[in-house]
Amino acid sequence: MSSTISRQDFLKVAGIGIGAVGLSELGFDVAQATMVQQQLHIAGATESHSVCPYCAVGCSLIAYTRTQADGSVQLLQIEGDPDSPVNEGRLCPKGATAMQLAVSKRRVGQPMFRAAGGTQWQTISWDDALNRIAQHIKDSRDRTFVTTDAKGKRVNRTDGIAFAGGATFSNEEGYLAAKVMRSLGLVYLEQQARV
Amino acid sequence: MTNHWRDIKNADVILITGANPAEAQPVGFQWFMRAKLDPTKGPGKGGGAKIIHIDPRFSRTSAVSDLYVRIRPGTDIALYGGLMNYVLQHDLYPAEYVTNYTNASFIVKESYSFQGGLFSGYDVARREYNVKEWAYETGADGFAERDMTLKNPRCVLSLLKQHYSRYTPELVSTITGIPQDAFLNVAEIVGQMGKPDKVMTIVYAVGLTQHTTGTQMIRSGALLQLLLGNMGRPGGGMNAERGHANIQGNTDNAISWDLLPGYISVPMAGDETIDEYVKKHAPKKLDPRSWNYLGTNYKKFTVSLLKAWYGARATAANDFAFAYLPKPSANSSWLSIYDQALRGKMEGLMLSGMSAMSIGPDSNQILQALSNLKWLVVMDPFPTTSSEFWHAPGANAGSIQTEVFMLPATHWIEKDGSFVNSGRWMQWKDQVLQPQDQSMHDHWIIAELHARVKQLYVSHGGAYPGPILDLAMEYRNPVKPTLDEIAQEVNGKDLKTGERLATFAKLTDDGSTSSGDWIYAGSYPPKGNMAKRRNGVQDPKKNDPTGMGFFPEWAWSWPLNRRILYNRASADLDGKPWDPRRPGIVWNGSKWVGDVPDYPPTMSPHDPKAWLPFIMTGEGVGRIWAAALLVDGPFPEHYEPTESPVRNALHPAISTSPVVFFYDKAAGRLNRFGTPDEFPIVATTYRLTEHEHYVTQWVPHLVQLQPEAFVELPPGLAAERGIANGDYVNVRSKRGMMHCRALVSKRFGQVDLGGTKVWQIGIPIHWGYVGLAAELYGSKSDHWLANVLTPFVGDANARTPETKAFLVQVEKA
Repeated sequence: MSSTISRQDFLKVAGIGIGAVGLSELGFDVAQATMVQQQLHIAGATESHSVCPYCAVGCSLIAYTRTQADGSVQLLQIEGDPDSPVNEGRLCPKGATAMQLAVSKRRVGQPMFRAAGGTQWQTISWDDALNRIAQHIKDSRDRTFVTTDAKGKRVNRTDGIAFAGGATFSNEEGYLAAKVMRSLGLVYLEQQARV
Repeated sequence: MTNHWRDIKNADVILITGANPAEAQPVGFQWFMRAKLDPTKGPGKGGGAKIIHIDPRFSRTSAVSDLYVRIRPGTDIALYGGLMNYVLQHDLYPAEYVTNYTNASFIVKESYSFQGGLFSGYDVARREYNVKEWAYETGADGFAERDMTLKNPRCVLSLLKQHYSRYTPELVSTITGIPQDAFLNVAEIVGQMGKPDKVMTIVYAVGLTQHTTGTQMIRSGALLQLLLGNMGRPGGGMNAERGHANIQGNTDNAISWDLLPGYISVPMAGDETIDEYVKKHAPKKLDPRSWNYLGTNYKKFTVSLLKAWYGARATAANDFAFAYLPKPSANSSWLSIYDQALRGKMEGLMLSGMSAMSIGPDSNQILQALSNLKWLVVMDPFPTTSSEFWHAPGANAGSIQTEVFMLPATHWIEKDGSFVNSGRWMQWKDQVLQPQDQSMHDHWIIAELHARVKQLYVSHGGAYPGPILDLAMEYRNPVKPTLDEIAQEVNGKDLKTGERLATFAKLTDDGSTSSGDWIYAGSYPPKGNMAKRRNGVQDPKKNDPTGMGFFPEWAWSWPLNRRILYNRASADLDGKPWDPRRPGIVWNGSKWVGDVPDYPPTMSPHDPKAWLPFIMTGEGVGRIWAAALLVDGPFPEHYEPTESPVRNALHPAISTSPVVFFYDKAAGRLNRFGTPDEFPIVATTYRLTEHEHYVTQWVPHLVQLQPEAFVELPPGLAAERGIANGDYVNVRSKRGMMHCRALVSKRFGQVDLGGTKVWQIGIPIHWGYVGLAAELYGSKSDHWLANVLTPFVGDANARTPETKAFLVQVEKA
């Protein structure tokens, strides 16, 4: 079964309840009008599958995109996926506004750097930022590396660097982060589950 | 979750403590409501499942519950202890389950005792227990001694009865503030849930976790579930409702100081070889009929992980590069990171998708810790309170010597990869959009950093470069790995044939297999990525053949696509379901059918050598008694929060946990804990539907819905302090001050602790000095960080900060 058909079924079902209210109060069927408007909005769009980025219910999302004449991809709409045994198409206010998280003019556009004692951000290229951080990692690691601890036990770790993060890392990003950070000798390695 | 979201529809009673799913996980909450509206569910003759909500705050969850009971935060062990006492006193537990499926029959050594608030083995100077004093009595064969009649005074059931006999309704009421009749109403319903044809689920969230007794608080719920025979059953279990999209997956894959992927221990100082490590950390087989699956296969999982990380460089001759794994000598958790920075020992910190300043605890102290760093890297799509900490309100940027890097990272929708939900369902998502502006994927940033650090060591040498130089980054482009390649690495493969594995049963300890996380073996077998499967409710008859809501071909669930953990315990000794209307797995005469069995698929329950039901534990059964797993006791015991308005009614001399670690004291820093004479009000933090932690401060619609920071006060307290709804107030703890509006509401109230009346208030955590609302409100947002108030102390076991129960004072601003 294609998800387009099931989506329409879902809207039909949703429309019955909301439509009754709309008719009685406004004299026309708001849900019906909304449905038509939304269908025009996403007609011919590409459907992709995603998962809500917020809590751990794991609601499935359908994202509608359209490729523009200049080749760029425009996100048109995000809605709940009616096929999911988890959410059956429903979303909370956060999931329903996920589009405003995905696309925002307020995102940081390029790498930024604040020097020691500095009072403002400066832009920095990715290449410079990554080189500078890599040098910091090496310097801190070399300064704080412990081969054997106070009791003479072999530990091969760095005590001077910590890494924390990743509740919105996918599984695969998180796995790579843990693998790389441990290879650098980090033992101060934490994520959101702790706090 | 031992179970999963949709499974909650199978419950007769839904007991919710330390959680507010109607607001925090509203879409998951539909399964609670479906149970409630299903006349075949419920205690007695049915009529719909009963929802019991026990929480400091009356929320939307309470509004649709059958029973709402207000509790003082930090006292849930007293509640659960009281419920266990009720079940034991009234003989309401299922004998067959408790005798055969739990360690109730195990005999404990005579060295164990509990007196005056202390378990045996306490070392006052070190504030530590010698947990060996709580071990089982073992025979010459090394197996634990058992008394299947449960009459032995030192068997676990006898000790359990003795331990919780102190938790009378009266004492429960004095500690928790729950009136005795309300407690007995709850106990009467819960007490019916030990019947084989009834089942209860317990749902919790960080309201149980974030306490100095958090681990034991959760354990007290799990004990009740074992005692009632509800673990392993559809509609049962102990279900953590997690609050972040992939917090489950990132715990599974061990971005965690104390774990390696798949819940095997991180090697500690002193673990010199793999064999020593396995000997020390792998569970021991304690009964001849215990399969001890984890313990038996620990080495296979470890070697296969090292093969995934170090490839051809991990050989039998070099102990599979085990020396390359860094080994902590002491706790290295979240609080320890900032403690080390405060001590001037931490040079650099990388934060991705987490903001230390907002998360806290004790954000003022965190600000000092960040100021002590040489460098800080923040990887995030938006500015955070941590990327901007150096010009936070009150900070003097010129005097802060930390170099700060803000690296724009991509969003979830700009890359593919899987999220694992609270119910362990691994769901793959598409890349929908290209990265905005110059944003880079987190995993590419990390791979780039590895490559550049590696190059520095190749060119210049330095400390112990082996683990960096030899790390297997065998991706088509080592600085741009695809998440599909990594998913295959996590799954693992047979290194002789190159074929991906379909199960962790094929893993070996001779270096001929690799798997980055054994519990994910089978998620990406030769036939493809199971997490992409989409056979859901579009055809329920076909896709949910048992009708139990497992939907086995929707995505994939670890381990081995099993939807309910410990499901052998869903059937009786003969393999028949406790309740035929709600089967988990069933023995059909030749094999187990239903869910993917947590058991050998063709092992007959009538085989005299049949494994015991809980195949992952050394005991082979569920653990009511924790012999040596936890640092603070074999049974949960109520201790007061570090900041409490009262002394412990059970043992006033030992009021708080005797083994909690005090960072500030150990480091010689000033005391940062308040006392009830100065701070008489109990505060707890909470979350709103419209925000998720801190990132939603950048989402316009959500900021419109919940624009401004506030604290929630009960009307009586507000009247006492002359505070009207909407007034600005100052909320102070020993550590800092929050300045924001007051929401005066009956959702909070007063608790009566055996005559001592205490006000309770609630503080949503979502605001700070960064985001759309902060820009809108200007200097009014200067003191919006809730976690400036919370204490820098953590759970005795997990070191999770105690952000759910602390003391404050409130005044009109």
